[in-house]
Order: sequence, then C-alpha cells, then structure tokens
Amino acid sequence: MKILSHRLLLFVLLLLPALASAQQQGLEIDIIGGNAAALPIAVVPMPYQGSGAAPPTDVAAVIRADLERSGAFRTLAEASIAERPVRGSEVQYPTWRALRQDYLVVGRVVDAPGGGFRVEYELFDVAKQERMLGLAMTARSNAMRDVAHQMADAIYEKILGVRGAFWTRIAYITQTGLGANARYALMVADSDGFNPQTVVRSAEPLLSPSWSPDGRRLAYVSFERGNSSIYIQDIATGARELLTSFRGINGAPNFSPDGRRMALTLSRSGNPEIYVMDLGSKALTQITNQFGIDTEPTWSPDGNTLYFTSDRGGRPQIYRVSASGGSPTRVTFQGNYNATPTVSFDGKKIAVAQGSGNNYRIAVMDSSLGSPRWSTLSPGSLDESPSFAPNASMVLYAAREGRRGVLYAVSADARVRQRLVLAEGDVREPAWSPYRTPR
Amino acid sequence: MKTSTRVVMMSLLSVAVLAGCKKTVKEEAPPMASPGTSTAPMTDMPTTAGAYGPNDLDTDACLRQRVVYFDLDQDALKPEYQAIVTCHSKYLRDRPTSRVNLEGNADERGSREYNLGLGERRGNAVSSAMQAQGGSAGQQSVISYGEERAVCTDSSEDCWARNRRVEIVYTAK
Repeated sequence: MKILSHRLLLFVLLLLPALASAQQQGLEIDIIGGNAAALPIAVVPMPYQGSGAAPPTDVAAVIRADLERSGAFRTLAEASIAERPVRGSEVQYPTWRALRQDYLVVGRVVDAPGGGFRVEYELFDVAKQERMLGLAMTARSNAMRDVAHQMADAIYEKILGVRGAFWTRIAYITQTGLGANARYALMVADSDGFNPQTVVRSAEPLLSPSWSPDGRRLAYVSFERGNSSIYIQDIATGARELLTSFRGINGAPNFSPDGRRMALTLSRSGNPEIYVMDLGSKALTQITNQFGIDTEPTWSPDGNTLYFTSDRGGRPQIYRVSASGGSPTRVTFQGNYNATPTVSFDGKKIAVAQGSGNNYRIAVMDSSLGSPRWSTLSPGSLDESPSFAPNASMVLYAAREGRRGVLYAVSADARVRQRLVLAEGDVREPAWSPYRTPR
Repeated sequence: MKTSTRVVMMSLLSVAVLAGCKKTVKEEAPPMASPGTSTAPMTDMPTTAGAYGPNDLDTDACLRQRVVYFDLDQDALKPEYQAIVTCHSKYLRDRPTSRVNLEGNADERGSREYNLGLGERRGNAVSSAMQAQGGSAGQQSVISYGEERAVCTDSSEDCWARNRRVEIVYTAK
C-alpha cells in the first residue's frame, strides 16, 4: 500500500513537467483513427549516455509521433518495448519478430565533441535481419526536436522511397476575443505544432499566409491600414515589405514555385480578379477579367498554370488558367461548392474545401490515373483551408469545434488524423511550409 | 420639377429593388423607423427644409440604424432596408463633407478569401443604392472584411444572419 502510494507520487511527479511543457506548447496531439495497412515499426528509447545534463527532448518519442501521424506506420507503444538495445550488436531479432514488428530503430545520445549532443541511430529490417540505415546527427539541446524530425524523415524515405516532410513548419492565424477586443496573430510552428513563434501581432484581421519557396518569408493579408493590404515578411529578421494596398480587396497572395512572382487577388477594377506580380519589377499582369468573384490563385508545380476559385458559373468552383493569362477552364464538377485549391507537388492531386448545404469537408481530386477520382479527407462540418505537405503525404486543414477553430493534419489516405489545438482562442488558415533544405 | 423627377426616380428604384428580391426573408430585421415622422426622408418635402445636421446621426431614428443585413450568398438589398439606405443617402446629400465607410461582412461558411469578395459585393450593393439616391461615390468607401469581423461565433442560423451585413460607419460627419 505504502509502496503503491509512493509509486503513484513518483508517477505524478514525473508527469508534472510533462503537463507543464504541454501547456507551454499550447498545442496538443490527438490520433483520431488507425490504419490496419500501416507498417509496424518499433522505435526503441534512445538513452543519454553522456556525462552532463541529459537533453530535454525524448528523441525516440518525437520520431514515433511523426511516423504514427503520417498514417503509413503503426508504432509500438513504449510500454510494449520489451528489450532496449541501443546499437545493432544488441538487437535480438526473434524478440521483434515475436512482437510482429517489420522495422526497428535503435540509437543513443552521446556528448558531441564541440558541445551539444550527437544522436547515433540505426534502422533494421526485422524479417531480412538487415541494417538499412546507420547515421549520426549533432545538435545543440534546443535543436533536438529538429534532429528527431530529420531522423524521422530519413527513416520514412528509406522505407517508403518518398521524401519525408516531418522537418517542416506550419504557418497559421490565431484570434482571441471578439469585436474591439479581437487580437490576431500570424504564427509559425514545427509541423507537429511544437515551438510556436509569433511572426506578427495585430488588432486588425490577418489572413491568408503563404510561404516563399525558400521557406524564409511569408506573404499575408493585413487590415492594419484600414483596408486589406498584402505584406511580405522575413520570418527570421521581421523585416517586411508592403506589396499592394490598392483600393478594394488586396488578397490571397501566393508565391510562384520559383519565388519570382506573386499571384494575388485585387478588386481595384471594381471586381475581384486574379493578377500576377513580378516581384522584381512589381509589374502587374491581370490574368482574369470576368464579373464573378475570382480569387485564391495557387500555382501548378511547374509555374505554368494557376488554379483559382471562381463563381462565374453561379457557385464557387475551381478553374484553371495559364499563368500568363487566357481563357480559364473549369476543373471541378463534383460538389456544389469547391474553393481554396491546394495542389500536390506532382500536380496530380488538388485538395479543396467542398461544401454541400451547411457541411464543408476537405476533398481531394486525384488525377494520377487519368480521369479524376474524388475522396473525402475530413468529416465536416465547417472544414476549410486545406494545405498539402510538400511530399503530399498529409493535408493540413482548419475545422471548427464549438466556437473555436482548430487545426488538423490528416494522412493522404484519410486514415489518421492529428489535431493541433491552441489552448485558447481560434486557430485557422494553416499553410504547410516547403522543405527546409532544398535538394 | 427637379424634386418631382427625383421622387419618380426613387419610386421606380424601390420597385426595381422589390422586383429584384426573390428570396423570402428568414432573418429578423431590426426595428424600422416609423414612416411619417417629421424626419422621414421618403416624402416630397423640399430637401432644404428638412436638411440633416450632424446631431441627427445620434437622434434620428432612421439615421441611428447603421446595419443592413443580407440573405445567404446574396448581395441584393432587401426592401426592408431601403428606408435606412434612403435616409443615409439624404444625409450624404445634405452634408457634402460627410464620409462613410461601407463595411461588408459575410458569415463563416465558405472560404475566407471568397467571403472577402462576397462582403465587397454587399458593400457595393449598398453603395450603388446610395448613389442612386444622390449620395456621391466620392463620399463612400467600400471595405470588405469578409468573415474576419464576426459579431458572434456560434455556428447557428441566427449568428450567421447577424454576420451577413454591411455596416455604415461615418468617418466624417
């Protein structure tokens, strides 16, 4: 009895710092569904074997959470990890076969010669009893989550042959308060919602963040001048540039894949039209000219085509037009409301917010096999603002729960959803960053 | 002669607005100024006699109403708001130095950028109606906030109806 209460106390004490840090982060993680076809993988805890203070990050836990939410893997719960090898020579394959694991990751954290930490890790194919990967990464203690995400990327790519997108970031808008008390912020966080940083705060609405292809800048819409204006801001330095502030709407900025042009919406002609601005010369080219609302331009990966939302046919639908202008073609024919297109890196999938009555869900139109096939990624009822991960393995979107907005990341097969919830206020308009290092 | 032309034009306009509105009204309208009061502008009184002054913005029953509501996905001005638009148009005529912002808003359904467009359409609808009644375009600025300036955040018909609106905001009286 006494031992039990001691254990309970110990457990509570161990839990306290975890709870405190979860509150600080403000974002929580929730796995909604599972995937029977997911690959079983065991990521063994990676103990600190150095002589100083242990790093603050549980590297194995971060990797586990990354792989799990991708939908492609099913990770073995830490409590079920019977043996704890830290290097290849300690691996007993029969143990992992008995636990029905296809893959195994082991590693350890040691002191790096120049300060900081060095993580040495290996990936094994359990059935073949083969080492697939053996790598080491070095970082300061405050960058250990970055290291863990890069390890998850390497594991993901080695097994699936697709580049991982865990070491990326998300931008989003938050709002607290209503009316005169409303406060808005443009935020940037790691792709799992950790390390949130404020990029801009404003008492006036902020919306529509868009990443530059180098991941260093964000374009967004701000009402701080009374009317909507488009700004570009450097995330690291905070330096910013007013891009447009015309009469009427200045909205929906979207960087071209080469970063040299900006697609945007202006209603300076009296009606919202799509324009492309050359960011060097600031010259504007008007792309659409129609009495309907044309907005939310987004580029095809080759930079030759713009997809956008238009109600020229009555209700909002997705259209496609050459990035140099011309006559648009309608793209979506399913659903009576399709808006906010996001295009996958290969140009074959377009995710949209699809509405029917009062129900809005995230849907994907997949043209990989020729004629388009539709699938639904979210349950509704007011889901919006889809944004593809750079490898198209997942889609971020915004949903409403009660009176607040929350963000979800859903795997491309719709089988695993992760909720990123801000502790207070309304979170919306997620935008997934490009890869953090080009290849 | 001039006044009677204006009256004819105004009655033609109200007929046109009435004809243009197909939808049945679901949302509840705020109370209207009772017709026939001394400041009601829809009579054929000479404009100089009943000219508005800045104090009327706080005291006149019609001018105190500054919000016009719309149906879902619609930008057509509903007939019950014609009186509000009319008295504010008269105020703009009576006081050429006055300025208004027409702030267009939408409910939360649908995409945010599309709703910026929808809010602007509603602001333009009010602006056109005001211009038709002599409020000059130079006195009016349309600003769309889309769904970004909600007055309530419930996902209910009642709240949505309150957010689909144009606010008439005087920046110079």
